[in-house]
Amino acid sequence: MLNVSIYRYNPEVDSEPYMQDYQVDTQGKDVMVLDVLEKLKVEDPSLSFRRSCREGVCGSDGLNISGKNGLACITPLSSAVKGNKLVIRPLPGLPVIRDLVIDMSQFYAQYEKIQPYMINNSPAPAIERLQSPEERAKLDGLYECILCACCSTACPSFWWNPEKFIGPSGLLQAYRFLADSRDTATEERLANLDDPFSVFRCHGIMNCVQVCPKGLNPTKAIGHIRNMLVRSAT
Amino acid sequence: MITTVTSLGRSGLSDWLVQRVSAFVMTAYLVFIVGYLIANPDLNYSQWATLNSSLPMRMFSLLTMVSIAAHAWIGMWCVLTDYITERLIGPKATAIRIFFQLGMIAVTMLYVIWAIDILWGI
Amino acid sequence: MANMRTMSFDAVIVGGGGSGMRAALQLSQSGYKTAVITKVFPTRSHTVSAQGGITCAIASDDPNDQWQWHMYDTIKGSDYIGDQEAIEYMCQTGPEAIFELEHMGLPFSRTEEGRIYQRPFGGQSKDFGNGGQAARTCAAADRTGHALLHTLYQGNLKSETTFLNEWYAVDIVKNEDNAVVGVVAIDIETGETVYVKSKATVFATGGAGRIYASTTNAHICTGDGVGMALRAGFPVQDIEMWQFHPTGIHGAGTLVTEGCRGEGGYLINKDGERFMERYAPNAKDLAGRDVVARSMVLEILEGRGCGPDGDHVYLKLDHLGEETLNAKLPGILELSRTFAHADPVVEPIPVVPTCHYMMGGIPTNVDGQALTIDAEGNDQVIEGFYACGEAACVSVHGANRLGGNSLLDLVVFGRASGMFIEKQLREGINLKDASEADIERAMTGLNRINNSSDGEQASVLRAELQTIMQNYFGVFRRGDFMKQGIEKLNALRPRIENVALDDKSNAFNTARIEALELQNLFATAEATAIAAEGRTESRGAHAREDFQERDDENWLCHSVYFPGSKTLGKRGVNFNLKTREAFEPKIRTY
Repeated sequence: MLNVSIYRYNPEVDSEPYMQDYQVDTQGKDVMVLDVLEKLKVEDPSLSFRRSCREGVCGSDGLNISGKNGLACITPLSSAVKGNKLVIRPLPGLPVIRDLVIDMSQFYAQYEKIQPYMINNSPAPAIERLQSPEERAKLDGLYECILCACCSTACPSFWWNPEKFIGPSGLLQAYRFLADSRDTATEERLANLDDPFSVFRCHGIMNCVQVCPKGLNPTKAIGHIRNMLVRSAT
Repeated sequence: MITTVTSLGRSGLSDWLVQRVSAFVMTAYLVFIVGYLIANPDLNYSQWATLNSSLPMRMFSLLTMVSIAAHAWIGMWCVLTDYITERLIGPKATAIRIFFQLGMIAVTMLYVIWAIDILWGI
Repeated sequence: MANMRTMSFDAVIVGGGGSGMRAALQLSQSGYKTAVITKVFPTRSHTVSAQGGITCAIASDDPNDQWQWHMYDTIKGSDYIGDQEAIEYMCQTGPEAIFELEHMGLPFSRTEEGRIYQRPFGGQSKDFGNGGQAARTCAAADRTGHALLHTLYQGNLKSETTFLNEWYAVDIVKNEDNAVVGVVAIDIETGETVYVKSKATVFATGGAGRIYASTTNAHICTGDGVGMALRAGFPVQDIEMWQFHPTGIHGAGTLVTEGCRGEGGYLINKDGERFMERYAPNAKDLAGRDVVARSMVLEILEGRGCGPDGDHVYLKLDHLGEETLNAKLPGILELSRTFAHADPVVEPIPVVPTCHYMMGGIPTNVDGQALTIDAEGNDQVIEGFYACGEAACVSVHGANRLGGNSLLDLVVFGRASGMFIEKQLREGINLKDASEADIERAMTGLNRINNSSDGEQASVLRAELQTIMQNYFGVFRRGDFMKQGIEKLNALRPRIENVALDDKSNAFNTARIEALELQNLFATAEATAIAAEGRTESRGAHAREDFQERDDENWLCHSVYFPGSKTLGKRGVNFNLKTREAFEPKIRTY
């Protein structure tokens, strides 16, 4: 039997959050953390958490699993259980709505701030805009972001200034558009990032790189943005 | 909510560049002084006074002092705006932070003026 | 319900996946007050899981490619019950819709010429089946759905669509004329129930793969749109047609794209034999999905399956080389290592046919207007009600969908619905307001669940439902088995209607949502069962052991399931091509 400890909070019932302990029979199988949560939900339907694709592409089930942010659906027990114990908490740093469900509005607001869409006001051709495989390759490692918030909620700078520091996820997306040969708003985008907080609160702690379930590297993207800012100023 | 009013530079980029340039100056100064001390194991006061009374050395020392001041100010401003915020310690945060920032300004100014006094008072 | 809040919009789209967001984009770009109700944050919709690509004749891989060839493939793939007018519209309009997406920033993979990369997929041919395999599926590596969904969300942010994120539509509100005038929806975060009033209500609610125990579909694919339409008394079409994707990862059910076989991968049995050469000598592993899935099941049934239980086959990719796999199929490497514990670079992936796609759905015309059938058998437009994407049956997929045609269906008909509603709004839509009683009627199901005092847990009932569907309505079907299945469903119905909701709290109560979803799953499953038992032939994905042949004399038609009487009717297939004479049904071989 696996010991599972889960963060519980229902604002209508509980005055404060608490950890609830469960025992789960996994039959010794190395299942995913989401499978354990689904099993628990059968016994205790009041347990709330988000989930959708269960294959690591929708980004719903970002959770703090035994102290490390990750997606429950692609985190096997073998990498999360320590001493027969699994501890599951909501992603840190954002308000909790209920149990493992957090209010992600601040995270999404930062994403929206970077104008996450193609800007190109030249008349579109009758076919696609051409882009070489080399130019396209620059988007690899950027466009794959699933907005799960594992990185931003692992970032101390984002905990401290979530209204002003865009956070690793938003900055990765900012660079995704800066790096796109088809986007023409580079100057405008850089101008919007040139305050002391949006980009420069990144202190290179690199928690984001460590937790990204898609293996992406926001710190590197932030470095690229900084270099672009330096180049545009000189 | 923290505003950028009390930031030193006009932008995050200039702050960031000032941090890097000032760090370079401080490192260069340190390397020079240590190197000088190693190269002159039998250093006496008159040698030391001659070195420090030359104009290039006075300018180098002053530049380093200004770099320390700028570096410290930007660094401390970051630290203060990370930790002493309403999010972390409540509504009094802004007043406390401004108190510390004024303190920082006072101490930094004092050190710079003192340094000028020492350098040109030799 | 005097205390229930009302929100009003020009158009409300239920569902934040590919088709819903494409429709919303069209409307909000035209300046109409548009809202998207979506039970998950839009980029968590199931479109995100689409991998291989979006099929369309953009003439990148082959400069001489023609949309008419794509049309031919699609009609043949549908086993001739796809509506030819709709297929013609989709294949002809497709390139325009794809280029729009590219202009919006979709990061397609590229050819050396800088054009969109296209890969071969199953069922694709050149020159109306005479010119060999075509490569017509536009791809962003093997993450095309993700790239498409995020691009559409970004476009909607730009055009300032209103998003009601994590809101769940409960039921349709109809006025006294039986026209649809919005939905009742729950804000999941607060539990507040709101009447969302609209001049045009678009259902883009996706599929219902979760009626089966083994599915590639996300947890959220619970047929909410189909369930709501059925409860409102509207019919569904071809709902017996469920696609089983040949390559779901054995055990986990997660999808492995057909693009693997497009890039040169192939299936082998326990003897290492490339068995598809026997079943489809020409197209081999790139035959239609129904053909490949059935061949796999036959291999397994005849004792040539792999693994200790002989219950799956292998998908071999290692011969393609690590470099190609990393460049073209990086997501598959990730999925296989995680869920199959197999590294495709050195070993094959264990796969098994897995429920993947609902070809049937709410019948619509090319403009997305939902249809019902009157007593004389004529199509009748349901005022105020539209559907697109997997929830709709327009019908471009007929009895079997070709790989890559789903994403195209989403964007083409999401766009078409948006454009048509835009035109209607410009001309003026006048629907009578719903009365309090009309709104109260849409609350019936929710009220029942909110007042439940006993009953069984949703998860237990759901598992039972999924097992019944898996066992009695799977890849191969038989009349007597299906009759048993229907009896079991009949026994399950009262238990599902009486599902328990012990926790009545409001804040993010996912138990309440799951109880509501269960009703939709059941409605979809019941329609599937009755339609499957009723169609006494084998066609496309619907393979019957007791009626092994296609029966064009009686069944070259759509099935239409009417929820009131729980009976099956027929509706003619549209053979009216605008640009040429219709494609007559032929025997379908690959």
